[in-house]
Amino acid sequence: MSTTLETKPAPGPRQPAADERLAGRSWLSRLLNRPEVGALMGAIVIYLVFFSVAPPFRDLSSLSSVLYLSSTFGIPAVAVALLMIGGEFDLSAGVAVTASALVASMFSYQFTLNMWVGVLVSLVVALVVGFVNGYLVVKTGIPSFLVTLGTFFMLRGLNLAITKQVTGNVGTNDVSSIDGFNSAQKVFASSFNVGGVSIRITLLWWILFVIIGTWILLRTNIGNWIFAVGGSAPSSRAVGVPVNRVKIGLFMTVGFLAWFTGMHTLFQNNTVQSGIGIGNEFIYIVAAVVGGCLLTGGYGSVIGAAIGAFIFGMAQLGIVYAGWNPDWFYFFLGALLLGAILLNNYVRRRAEAMR
Amino acid sequence: MTTTTEAARPAPTGTEEPLVRLTGAGKNYGNILALRGVDLEVSRGEVTCVLGDNGAGKSTLIKIIAGLHAHSEGTYQVEGREVHFSSPREALDHGIATVYQDLAVVPLMPVWRNFFLGNEVKKGPVMDIGFMRRTTKQELLDMGIDLRDVDQPIGTLSGGERQCVAISRAVYFGAKVLILDEPTAALGVKQSGVVLRYIIQARERGLGVIFITHNPHHAYPVGDRFLLLKRGQSLGYYRKNEITRDELTALMAGGAELEELSHELSQAGAGSAAAAKILESEVHELGIDRVTTGDNP
Repeated sequence: MSTTLETKPAPGPRQPAADERLAGRSWLSRLLNRPEVGALMGAIVIYLVFFSVAPPFRDLSSLSSVLYLSSTFGIPAVAVALLMIGGEFDLSAGVAVTASALVASMFSYQFTLNMWVGVLVSLVVALVVGFVNGYLVVKTGIPSFLVTLGTFFMLRGLNLAITKQVTGNVGTNDVSSIDGFNSAQKVFASSFNVGGVSIRITLLWWILFVIIGTWILLRTNIGNWIFAVGGSAPSSRAVGVPVNRVKIGLFMTVGFLAWFTGMHTLFQNNTVQSGIGIGNEFIYIVAAVVGGCLLTGGYGSVIGAAIGAFIFGMAQLGIVYAGWNPDWFYFFLGALLLGAILLNNYVRRRAEAMR
Repeated sequence: MTTTTEAARPAPTGTEEPLVRLTGAGKNYGNILALRGVDLEVSRGEVTCVLGDNGAGKSTLIKIIAGLHAHSEGTYQVEGREVHFSSPREALDHGIATVYQDLAVVPLMPVWRNFFLGNEVKKGPVMDIGFMRRTTKQELLDMGIDLRDVDQPIGTLSGGERQCVAISRAVYFGAKVLILDEPTAALGVKQSGVVLRYIIQARERGLGVIFITHNPHHAYPVGDRFLLLKRGQSLGYYRKNEITRDELTALMAGGAELEELSHELSQAGAGSAAAAKILESEVHELGIDRVTTGDNP
């Protein structure tokens, strides 16, 4: 094919040699180009701060508690980060967690069915909610912020209204005596000991989901499409990326991980209060943004969102361990978010300048 | 990859069906007639230039050819078979690739991810990243772009380089017809030259090229056929031997309008009369009277 090129000298051997100009780019610059590096630096700083001011924070069991709390926010944050990289929001994720738990609990209890039936029915419901969110966003072109704000309120209302209708109460009945409860609890809410420290199973699930999410994002063509639809949906469409299917799939992924988190909530507490979960959607978004996801889409990392969730867990429990007044927690959270965004901006600009 | 590159430029023969042929094509958006009665042909190894001012219907025309909008009148044939595309994917499957004005690249993504976007090469369930990196580098090298790092975001390349990435991507993925939407519009002289060179290269590889532009000086040197559009209608369709560069320029400038403009100016007063004279002589120099009254082929 080089025979048709008259405008430049023959390229010689086909194999492009390693470019000598690449040597100038240090490993440091490569590292700083990762989207999660700002969050990692922030996490180290916050860890060191609590490590020095709060002696109980230094215990391994405290670290285990922090990781457990982080995992309950980190699991849905994996999907929320992927969705944000794909250029969309889901404000209904927090109440979708509660809705999943309520459906599983009430379905199995009211119809006296095996617990796993309720778990599966709830999975279908969660996927349908995700699909409806995605379908409305791609078909109407209305910003996902508004569409999911609508579904957020609808789910919130349904959670309360249906629960009250069915149980006559704002919470569900205890499901711990239903067949299948024990096995389901093993999967979603058990714990085990490693060297005297109790590790919650959600931590393992969290690590697994982060690995899968990162693998999909960086190694598969689906990941390429996620970056692309978030970076520029019209451009992606023009080169043949199935934009609508990718976005709907991302919303359904949020549904899936919201369901998973809901199952943990249910089997951890045996009952579910219909009013919980409100506001958690913001924590997931904070985790993703702190982790380096660009609010406008097209850039970000699942590992970053995990670090973001870890920062959230450290801050929430660290304040308790340090004996500070927990009333200030949300102030700290907001300040943390702002700081993380500024740091991310700084790191990204610096990385771009170093190229 | 061998299918994408013909060794020699096949001579366009009279018997071979053109790659793309529009006959009397038109498009309505509601009650707005965006395009009416347009004929266009492009064969292998030919460049068909579509010229027109803003709002002339160039964008509508390429959207029809690229499969973004279906035509509402006339016929659209690809290699002799009538088609009715409902998505760009279908057009791509017929070998019709479009390089848009806004380039259809995702600025934040690395060059190699952009190059293979929508056509990722897989090894089992995962992408063959090493192969895609190497191929991107080599293909761009063949186009004369020596990238330091195919991992850099494509947004960091210059406009001309991005344009060339988009063109080489289309060629690599087996395009038979390349639609270039104003590829030189936002570029400086030197970069425009680079892009024009790739148009000639694509033609010599046996591709059909539809080159949309409003600059006759860019169109004339590379074009084999010229379609002029104005207000959604064909103003003329010429082969290269039927029209000179000056006539093309004159048509683009809108000869009749220039004359009208000079008329207006001459009535405005002494100062304007001189300006009007200049315009009038320009009109005659360009031979506009001849072309605007001439018959379309």
